[in-house]
Amino acid sequence: MEHISHVLWQFLVKWMTNFALFPPEASKIAPQMDALFFFMVLISLIGLTVVVLLVIGFSILYSKKRHPVAVQIEGSTLLEATWTIIPLGLFLVIFVWGSLIYFRVYTPPANAMNIYVVGKQWMWKAEHPGGQHEINSLHIPIGRPIQLTLISQDVFHSFSIPAFRVKREAIPGRYTNVWFEATQTGTYHLFCTQYCGTNHSAMIGDIVVLSPDDYKKWLSESTSGMSLAQNGERLFASLSCNACHSGKPGSRGPNLAGIFGSEIHLANGSTAQVNEAYLRDAILNPSDHVAQGYVPIMPTYQGQISEDGIISLVEYIKTMNSNDRVEQTLNTTTLLPESEGKATTAGQKSGGANPAKQAPASQGMVKQ
Amino acid sequence: MSDSTTALHGPHSDPPVVHGAHTAHEHPPYQRHHFASMEQQVDTTSFAMWLFLLTEIMFFGGLFCSYLIFRNWYYPAFVAASHQLSIKEGTANTAVLIVSSFTMAMGVWCAETRRKGALVLCLCLTFVLGLVFLGIKYDEYHEKYEKHHVPSWHYSTKSFTDPASDPEVHNAYPDDKPLPLDMARHTEVYFGLYFAMTGMHALHMIIGISILGFMIFRARAGAYTNGHVTFVNNFGLYWHFVDIVWIFLYPLLYLISRHA
Amino acid sequence: MSTDTIVRLPDQSTARLPKVNFITKENGLLSWLLTGDHKRIATLYLISITFFFAIGGALAGLIRLELLTPQSDLMSTDTYNKVFSMHGIIMVFLFLVPSIPATLGNFLMPLMIGAKDLALPKINLLSWYLYIIAGGMILYSMMTGGVDTGWTFTVPLSTHYVNTNVITTGLAIFVAGFSSVFTGLNFIVTIHKMRAPGMTWFRLPLFVWSNYAASILMVLGTPVLAITLVLVVLERAFGIGVFDPAKGGDPILFQHLFWFYSHPAVYIMILPGMGVISEVISTFSRKRVFGYTAVAFSSVAIAVFAFFVWEHHMFIMGVSNYSTLVFSLLTMLVAVPSAIKIFNWSFTLYKGSITFETPMLYSFGFMGLFTIGGLTGVFLASTGTDIHLTETYFIVAHFHFVMVGGMLMAFLSGIHFWWPKWTGRMYPEKISQLAALITFIGFNLTFFPQFILGMLGMPRRYAAYPPEFQVLNVFSTAGATILGIGYLLPILYLTWSLKYGEIAGDNPWQATGLEWQIQSPPLTENFPEIPIVDYEAYDYEWLERKEKEVTRVG
Repeated sequence: MEHISHVLWQFLVKWMTNFALFPPEASKIAPQMDALFFFMVLISLIGLTVVVLLVIGFSILYSKKRHPVAVQIEGSTLLEATWTIIPLGLFLVIFVWGSLIYFRVYTPPANAMNIYVVGKQWMWKAEHPGGQHEINSLHIPIGRPIQLTLISQDVFHSFSIPAFRVKREAIPGRYTNVWFEATQTGTYHLFCTQYCGTNHSAMIGDIVVLSPDDYKKWLSESTSGMSLAQNGERLFASLSCNACHSGKPGSRGPNLAGIFGSEIHLANGSTAQVNEAYLRDAILNPSDHVAQGYVPIMPTYQGQISEDGIISLVEYIKTMNSNDRVEQTLNTTTLLPESEGKATTAGQKSGGANPAKQAPASQGMVKQ
Repeated sequence: MSDSTTALHGPHSDPPVVHGAHTAHEHPPYQRHHFASMEQQVDTTSFAMWLFLLTEIMFFGGLFCSYLIFRNWYYPAFVAASHQLSIKEGTANTAVLIVSSFTMAMGVWCAETRRKGALVLCLCLTFVLGLVFLGIKYDEYHEKYEKHHVPSWHYSTKSFTDPASDPEVHNAYPDDKPLPLDMARHTEVYFGLYFAMTGMHALHMIIGISILGFMIFRARAGAYTNGHVTFVNNFGLYWHFVDIVWIFLYPLLYLISRHA
Repeated sequence: MSTDTIVRLPDQSTARLPKVNFITKENGLLSWLLTGDHKRIATLYLISITFFFAIGGALAGLIRLELLTPQSDLMSTDTYNKVFSMHGIIMVFLFLVPSIPATLGNFLMPLMIGAKDLALPKINLLSWYLYIIAGGMILYSMMTGGVDTGWTFTVPLSTHYVNTNVITTGLAIFVAGFSSVFTGLNFIVTIHKMRAPGMTWFRLPLFVWSNYAASILMVLGTPVLAITLVLVVLERAFGIGVFDPAKGGDPILFQHLFWFYSHPAVYIMILPGMGVISEVISTFSRKRVFGYTAVAFSSVAIAVFAFFVWEHHMFIMGVSNYSTLVFSLLTMLVAVPSAIKIFNWSFTLYKGSITFETPMLYSFGFMGLFTIGGLTGVFLASTGTDIHLTETYFIVAHFHFVMVGGMLMAFLSGIHFWWPKWTGRMYPEKISQLAALITFIGFNLTFFPQFILGMLGMPRRYAAYPPEFQVLNVFSTAGATILGIGYLLPILYLTWSLKYGEIAGDNPWQATGLEWQIQSPPLTENFPEIPIVDYEAYDYEWLERKEKEVTRVG
């Protein structure tokens, strides 16, 4: 792309976009992918032209009228080698170039802002760390790396933003992620691109890219109360995680403050990176993630918490730097340590001066 | 180019012989007409059976692959669940199948040496042993059903979260610790694969036994002791294959935690 | 179109079909339904496959009609989902996979190698019955509500989230799979064990090589599909948990197992077509295929590599980035043998003596369209561009280019080429050339806009779409109408030719190959005497000598 005049490139893209032949380039990776795409279009055109010229050319030159007697030719090792090596060489170049782009798309930078997206039949739910929730849309600021952590509540879905040239499957059972950086304000298509049942084609929406000021405005206008971390704190108490993970010395569960991003040693001798996927898995399959020095007594929360709830908990643990507030919530829950962490009527008073919402009384499945 | 009987030999050709109705029969009655010789027929059908068994390997391969993956992920659950299977019955079944392979091999020998009575006896023994295998399998399945270890059919993880509630298995494996619930859940996958693998194997046994039944009839009429042993031979290959699949299933399903 | 033609027919005023041939040998329905004759079984297959192709094609028509407008207004979304699912299932499993092997392959294989029949005639007949049972089950499934899972049966959608006939359809495909396995098994055994004396491996026609490679794929790959379907059925009926994350299972395991077959499946579909192209191009250029050995080996290379690329259907599904390196590289490698073939066919034309009868026109169409389809495969093999293009209409366009522009054109080429041998009569040349042209134009108009739609981001399997995609969709539907006419014409004029076509004689194309040295239609036993082969494949000089000889003797 660097070899083509910038002006010409812009003209080409604008022209094709206006004629609805080409999607807008609205992310940092889009022009890179388009460069590879056009390279491949060029190679394909050349290849096709060669084949068509050969076929048509030979058909004319050697039609029965002009060339009534065929000359039997066994073959030519030189030609075979040529048309093996040249395509192979071109394909290998494409392979390397494409892989570089792929790795770029699926290796989020450390400073990316993380937004959770839960797909379910037949809508997308986006959850911003500040607590903003969106359905079938995503508001993001221009010029900042954004990472999406995706999961599905039911079947396979696929979050696709053609203008950014990214898509990623949302799978039930584990997180997947993708990142991008928007370079152009505007509204772009969001599609679900994995067939997911009746209203697959209705699972569409808008990606709204805003200037930094507009984004700030949107953030403040659409806060619906608690941030994800705050909601997670509420769940942490009401699900009685604080009973074992109290942070006190000699507690039954490891201290979770500051654990995100670190490497921990497990009881079976292996080590693990504590990221979102690890935390989610540890909540649902705790006996596979016993930390060294602890025993497998943590009950599983499978079936008792929704994906949204897990996201809130993960966010909370991510931001947990100390156990002070955990200590305070311990005094307000009516949990008995022996009752296996089942959710009982949560505390009436939330700890400290934070006027967080009251946790609703909950048994069994904890909503949101 | 319109003469349909132009010889297809090289430039020097003899006038071709047009075959109308069958006049000279120089081949055995059981040689099929599209084969040039008995040797070709035997060679071909044998090759075909081996190739078919290769497809069966690919078929079971998918199941074994799934098994290996889940066993790797959920080893404690697989161990605990495998302790629910009766080693006695599994070993008995293994012995039954090995003996039945022996009787089948004897049957092939009988066919080759034209011993009609002995052949029928061998086939009948194989048939009965096959039924014994299925009978033992039924008993095992029934036990699983009673203990609520059939996936989705009132499946219960109680035996794993609380081994003491299952005295029979607990006494056999007193060192088994109770599994946490999230690991105990995965025993359902073990049993799912158990039923899928042994069920698919049992289906192949049923097909084999049915063919054996047919063969006993034909053997009594002398169809395999007149020199035409291919059918018995090839069926023997199939039977041995089904046996070998069990030889793999047995240690994988029953003997997970047993090592020297 | 040149009026020069290589067709040489016997004098029509005196020519008759041979009185004794495989069609007239025995009469009565049972003689057909209980036959062991590979040619009769091929005929049964041809009729059944055409029937199911018509149904699949009608479903395609419904899809394109719905997509004329952005809204889901022609039928409910649920119905649309069922329509495209059944279209895919019928076209893939009841048409494309069996098409050339079960019809042309069955008919020609023993003839080409000099055998009297396939190795296992009864298994061949069983194969057809399994196909009919599978077809019946799918029809039953359609009539009682169909499935709406897509032909790919993605779990957990198919196991836990739809209430349509997944189990019936899954079992139907299981049965169809065994039909395929038995055909492939028969071919492999026949080619290994029943070649005529002197017919060495490297004297075999390339059609045999291609079908051999496809048979390897059928035999080794299809059982994995079978067991995958069994697991889906068990998961759906009994909840065994292997694909259910709530029980510790993994839906990605299904993807691996499914694509382990379904990728080789696409090569099962295309390789026999490539075999036809080799035969046709050779005959109508009067030349041995350029680089015979390279073409033969490339067929086997495709078959081998086919088993190692399946994960390229899963690049965006959260698989390890490093694994995608492996599979992307291998996919690039598997593209090379196909490129080799295209160039070899092109150079077969070099210094040939070319005529443009209908089979040759279809073959030229194949070469152009398969090149486009294959090259767009490289767009998808490259992981970087695959992210943007996968699951969009780009994929739909890609596989229709290779399957319809490639395989179906090859099928029609082969049907026209061997029609005189099969029926003893020629098809009408002018209208068939017209039909080929109509098909080519209709095809391009239907599917080329879909590449653009895919690049724009229009997802596949969408009943409704944003309005800005409408223009391209309208083009596509217009093309589909023309394409439909292009496919209807052969059915009509080929049926017409059964009664009114010119008598073809043994070798109207003056082709090499053992099948052209016997009468048309062939005798039931194919050869009065087993031939002894002492010349290479595509030996046009031998053919010339033979001709001179016969005229001298006569």
